[in-house]
Amino acid sequence: MAARNATEKTLGESLRERGVSRRGFLKFCAATASMMALPPSMTSTIAAALEQARRPSVIWLSFQECTGCTESLTRSHAPTVEDLILDVISLDYHHTLQAAAGEAAELARVQAMKAHAGDYLVVVDGSLPGPDSNPGYSTVAGHSNYDMLMETVEHAAAVVAVGSCAAFGGLPHASPNPTGAVSVLDVVKHKPVVNVSGCPPIPMVITGVLAHYLIFGRLPELDAYHRPLAFFGQSIHDRCYRRPFYDKGLFAKSFDDEGARLGWCLYQLGCKGPSTYNACATMRWNDGTSWPVEAGHPCLGCAEPSFWDAGGFYQALSVPTSASGMTVLGAGAAGALVGGAVAALAKRRTKAEEARRQPVTVDELEQKL
Amino acid sequence: MSGSMEFLLWTKGPMFNVAIAIFAIGLLVRIAEIFVLGRERNYAEPRASEWLPGLRTVFTRTVADPGTFKRAPFNVVVGWVWHIGFLIALLLFVPHIKLIESLTGLSWPALPNPIISMVTAVTLVALIATLIHRMTHPVKRRISTIEDYLVWTVVFAVVLTGFLAFNRMINPYPLVLGMHILSAEIMLILLPFTKLTHIFTLFIARWYNGAAFGRKGVQS
Repeated sequence: MAARNATEKTLGESLRERGVSRRGFLKFCAATASMMALPPSMTSTIAAALEQARRPSVIWLSFQECTGCTESLTRSHAPTVEDLILDVISLDYHHTLQAAAGEAAELARVQAMKAHAGDYLVVVDGSLPGPDSNPGYSTVAGHSNYDMLMETVEHAAAVVAVGSCAAFGGLPHASPNPTGAVSVLDVVKHKPVVNVSGCPPIPMVITGVLAHYLIFGRLPELDAYHRPLAFFGQSIHDRCYRRPFYDKGLFAKSFDDEGARLGWCLYQLGCKGPSTYNACATMRWNDGTSWPVEAGHPCLGCAEPSFWDAGGFYQALSVPTSASGMTVLGAGAAGALVGGAVAALAKRRTKAEEARRQPVTVDELEQKL
Repeated sequence: MSGSMEFLLWTKGPMFNVAIAIFAIGLLVRIAEIFVLGRERNYAEPRASEWLPGLRTVFTRTVADPGTFKRAPFNVVVGWVWHIGFLIALLLFVPHIKLIESLTGLSWPALPNPIISMVTAVTLVALIATLIHRMTHPVKRRISTIEDYLVWTVVFAVVLTGFLAFNRMINPYPLVLGMHILSAEIMLILLPFTKLTHIFTLFIARWYNGAAFGRKGVQS
């Protein structure tokens, strides 16, 4: 990984050393401006700011995760300026990517924390066993994930939770959540936290957040789930190129019917696009090649909390997550039994009253009076 | 952490189970009670069969007789408009059909979404008209109870939130969809215990009427 003194160089110097042309750099700045919904006139400001930016020290913690997020970032496509920005940030500690191991690796983390106290960024992928659950479910170098996270964020400038596990708990948090998994935001209350959700998240979104931090010296504007609004401000459905088919009521009903071949809307096949906020439909994947819906598969809603527990992936969004016809039948049968019993009791009471009835004639009444 | 997505999942999960169970139990209690109690035994000899007239009346009473229309044209026309609009939106909108299919296995063709949206807009206007009429008509105002206003509010909330959700007029979408599902669940819960039960009992009542007339051998 990059040497620690690398942070003394500016980003512009580092990129030039790596052979990134001025033209390529400006192209990246223009793309960054547009994806962060900034006016094109901001491009030169972004270029100037990035040129002069000191590379922030980044400590990357991997907890209960599958390394899919790191794979997404490092193997997305051929090296681009985004990759280089990631490359040239001073990634002082990353379980998966660093060459160092054991004590030396842990030392690198501690040294980075000391050298850049108050300035470094912490990137977390993976959820962690909560403070009340058994810490033994996930440890690094003998430290529980919770202890390591709290120690590392203590002097951090900000925390970026990468992937749905770090942002919302993800797969480990799915019912019945055996490890008591929690998200970063569940335990880190005293530092700014940005959630870059997705399973995995779009590589450009994480570089976008880092670029924003480098350019403006602060974190981007966030939504209710602490996700950067520039990328998570609109739903998949609202930006989906298949949306006109939804509006017209043209749906694929199976994966190989006429509708599927004609590229109609995937709502009936379980698309969670209407309730999912992410930038897949606009930024797409694999260097802008395609994205799940374009490939003919419904959106799974992976950038939303609890997406593993949000009902079947191939069931329409309107289908309840757990109720079945049997529940309704059972409840109805119970109701019929109760109703029948109540009515039968009422009938019996009426009959009993009739049996006990003692008719009185008018003569008898007059005699009594 | 709690947010719009958790709210939506709550309405689609535990809350839906509670609502559908209360609805099914409550409705079947009411209906079983009606059938088991039955009618007073009629010892008079029947002059004609009661089956055909009973069934016929279930359908014929759907159209108001000329006298009713003359006395209360607003009730008939606006009542028809919003009831039909509500039924179209409920039964012919794709997400609703998928929901019914998941519970019963039954499904049928849907109408295109823009038509549903238009019908829903008309239903909303008609519902507002019924409320204004109820509050301004001297007789209706006096005979209206809290239950009438409660039932109107619940029905209106279901249609309104559905319209807002479909047209994505409230952000984030999971919030408005959750509001729509929750208001539908409140309607399901109230249904067996308010005059909303007429959705089911009207057929029984019409049957009894038609059958009684049929028995006596008069035009039903």
